[in-house]
Amino acid sequence: MAYDKFTTLVSSAVPLPIENIDTDQIIPARFLKATERVGFGDNLFRDWRYHPDHTPKKEFVLNNPTYSGKILLGGKNFGSGSSREHAAWAVYDYGFRAVVSSFFADIFKNNCLNIGVLPVQVSPAFLETLMEATFANPKEEIVIDLPAQTISLKSSGASESFEINHYKKENMLNGFDDIDYLMNLKNTITEFAEKSPL
Amino acid sequence: MKKTLFDKVWDSHIVKSIENGPDVLFIDRHMVHEVTSPVAFLGLKNRGIKVLYPERTFATADHNTPTINQHLPVSDPLSANQLKALEENAAAHGISYWGLGHEKNGIVHVVGPEYGITQPGATIVCGDSHTSTHGAFGAIAFGIGTSEVEMVLSTQCIMQPKAKKMRINVTGSLQKGVTPKDVALYIISQLSTSGATGYFVEYAGNVFSEMSMEGRMTVCNLSIEMGARGGMMAPDQKTFDYIRGREFTPTGASWDKAMKYWETLHTDQGAVFDKEYHFDGSQIEPMITYGTNPGMGMGISKDIPLAKDLEGGVTTYQKSLAYMDYNEGDSMLGKTIDYVFLGSCTNGRIEDFRAFTELVKGKKKADHVTAWLVPGSHQVEKAIKEEGLLDILHEAGFVLREPGCSACLAMNDDKVPAGKYAVSTSNRNFEGRQGPGSRTLLASPLVAAAAAITGKVTDPRTLLS
Ligand code: SF4
Repeated sequence: MAYDKFTTLVSSAVPLPIENIDTDQIIPARFLKATERVGFGDNLFRDWRYHPDHTPKKEFVLNNPTYSGKILLGGKNFGSGSSREHAAWAVYDYGFRAVVSSFFADIFKNNCLNIGVLPVQVSPAFLETLMEATFANPKEEIVIDLPAQTISLKSSGASESFEINHYKKENMLNGFDDIDYLMNLKNTITEFAEKSPL
Repeated sequence: MKKTLFDKVWDSHIVKSIENGPDVLFIDRHMVHEVTSPVAFLGLKNRGIKVLYPERTFATADHNTPTINQHLPVSDPLSANQLKALEENAAAHGISYWGLGHEKNGIVHVVGPEYGITQPGATIVCGDSHTSTHGAFGAIAFGIGTSEVEMVLSTQCIMQPKAKKMRINVTGSLQKGVTPKDVALYIISQLSTSGATGYFVEYAGNVFSEMSMEGRMTVCNLSIEMGARGGMMAPDQKTFDYIRGREFTPTGASWDKAMKYWETLHTDQGAVFDKEYHFDGSQIEPMITYGTNPGMGMGISKDIPLAKDLEGGVTTYQKSLAYMDYNEGDSMLGKTIDYVFLGSCTNGRIEDFRAFTELVKGKKKADHVTAWLVPGSHQVEKAIKEEGLLDILHEAGFVLREPGCSACLAMNDDKVPAGKYAVSTSNRNFEGRQGPGSRTLLASPLVAAAAAITGKVTDPRTLLS
C-alpha cells in the first residue's frame, strides 16, 4: 500500500517515557479482527487510554490536550512482542508519522518502514533531552530531516544524526513500497524458483 | 570461507543483494492464518494480481477460533467474518486451507512440522512472530508483517537485511523437573527481552542435541521473546527421523537428494559469530515469571528481585509489579492462582500433555482452579486420546478443549478475567495479553500441572515421583 512521502517533519511531540512498550499495549489482540485496514487509530493504546466502560483515562497522555503532534517519543525497546503490523497501522492512523526511541524491536521497526512511519533511533541521552524539552514546553518543535538523517530541537538546535539503510530511505522519500520493486524482478524470481524445489 | 548454519541457508536463498540495502530473499514456504492475511489479500486484489506460487502457501485457522463446539457456527460475527475471508481468499487463489473442523486444522506452528511442511534448509515465513518455532529443524523461519505477507503472496520474496549472528551454548545435565521451556525462560531472563534484537540465534550444546524435536521447537519458538529475528538448530538424525514419511516430506530419490543437502547444514568449525553466550544447564531450575514481560522470570525457589539491584528502568519495573500486585522480595512459591492454561505453539504438543499428565496422575485438580487444556492440533488431540492420557486427565478432574491458539492471545472467548492469575505455558505475559486486566505467570507444563493440583505456585519437583 502506497503512503505519503516523508521528507522533513516539523512537529511537537507526545511523550510516553515507558520502557518495553509491547505491541499488545499498542493494539490489544481483540482489535485485530478487521478484514480491512480501517479504524486502528481509535484503538491505539486502547487499555491505557480507556477504562473498561470506554470512558477515557484522564491521566493517559493521549487524553491530555496539552500534548499533541505527529511525533511519538517512546521509552527503550519500543514495539516488542507480536509481528502484528496492526500496531504500526494504529500509530499511523492515529496521526503519528515518526516514533522516536533509544531502541526498537526488529519486526515493529520493519513494519513501520513498510507503511510510512519513520522509526528514529537516538541515544538514551538525546531521548532524555527530547522528553525533558517536551515536558518543559509541550509546544516545543522537533525537526526530523530524513534527507540529512538528523533529528533536532528547534529552539536550542540540539541535534543528533540517525541511521536508516539507503534503500529504505529512498522508499520513504518517494512513498514507494517493496512490492513495486519486487514486481520488476519477476523474471529473476521465477528463474530462481525453478531451481529451488519444494 | 567458514560459514554458520544461518549463513548457509540465508545465502542460498538470495535472489539479489541490493547494495547498501536489503537482500531479496526467496521464501520456500509461507504459512497463512486468518488474522494477519486479509489486508494482504486485499492488496493483491487492488493490484489485480494472483498468488504467484499457491503450492508454496498453506493456510490454517487458529488465532480466533473457539475451543469448544467447533462444529457449530462461530458466534462472534467479527471472528466469523475473518474466517470466512480466509476461506474465500484461499479458494480464489488455489491455496490449501485447513479450516475449522478440518482434520489437519491446528495452530500454524504445530501443524507445519506435523505434516512435513517444515524442512531443514528451507526459508519459512508467516505473519506471526512465533514462526521461529520451525527453526528447530534447521530452517530459517521468522515472523513478518502484513505488508510482507502481501510481498510473499505476490512475489514469493521478502526484502530484509541479513541479521547478525549469535550462538547460545548450553551444556551440562539438566536437573530433574527442568524442561525445554525452563531452559528458554532462563536464557531470556539472562539476556532480557531485547538482548538478541538484530540477531539470528543458533542454539548449540548437548542440552539441545539431547532434546526431543518437540523440546527444540519450544526453545526456538521463544527466540523472539529475547528480541531475536529467529532461532535455529542444526538438523541431526533425530530431525531426519521426525520428518521422514510425513505428507509433504520428499520420498524416494528426492529424499536422498534432500538428505545430501541437509547433511551439510551445520556451522563449519571456526565460523565466527557476532556474539556468543555460554550457560551451564545444571544451574537451571524450573522457571516462573513474576512480571509483565517474558524476561522477568526466575528460578521458582528464588525471590522477586529488588528494584535497587536493577541496572535501570526502575519506574517501568515498579509499574509492572504493581500491575501484577506483587512486591519486590516476595517469594513466588505459595502465591494463589486462579487459572491454568496448557497449550499454544510453545507448549501445546504431545510431549507437553504427557508431562502435564504424568504429574497430575492420581491427584485431583484444586477446586478453585479453572483449567484450560488446549491441544495444538487435531493430531495432538488424537494422540492424547490414543495414548490414554485423556482418561488420566478426566480422572484428575480435567477436561480437554478443541485445538487453537485460545488463551495464548485471548482473541476468542478464552479470556482470563481482570485481576485473576493464570499459570500459562504460552509465551507472553504482557499486560492484558490473556484478557483485559489478566495476570500471567509463564511456566512449563510441569509447573502448570503442579499449580493446577495445589491451586498455588508450587515447585513441581516436590510432586514428581
Ligand atoms: S499460540 Fe499464541 S503465539 Fe502461537 S501462533 Fe497462536 S497466538 Fe501466536
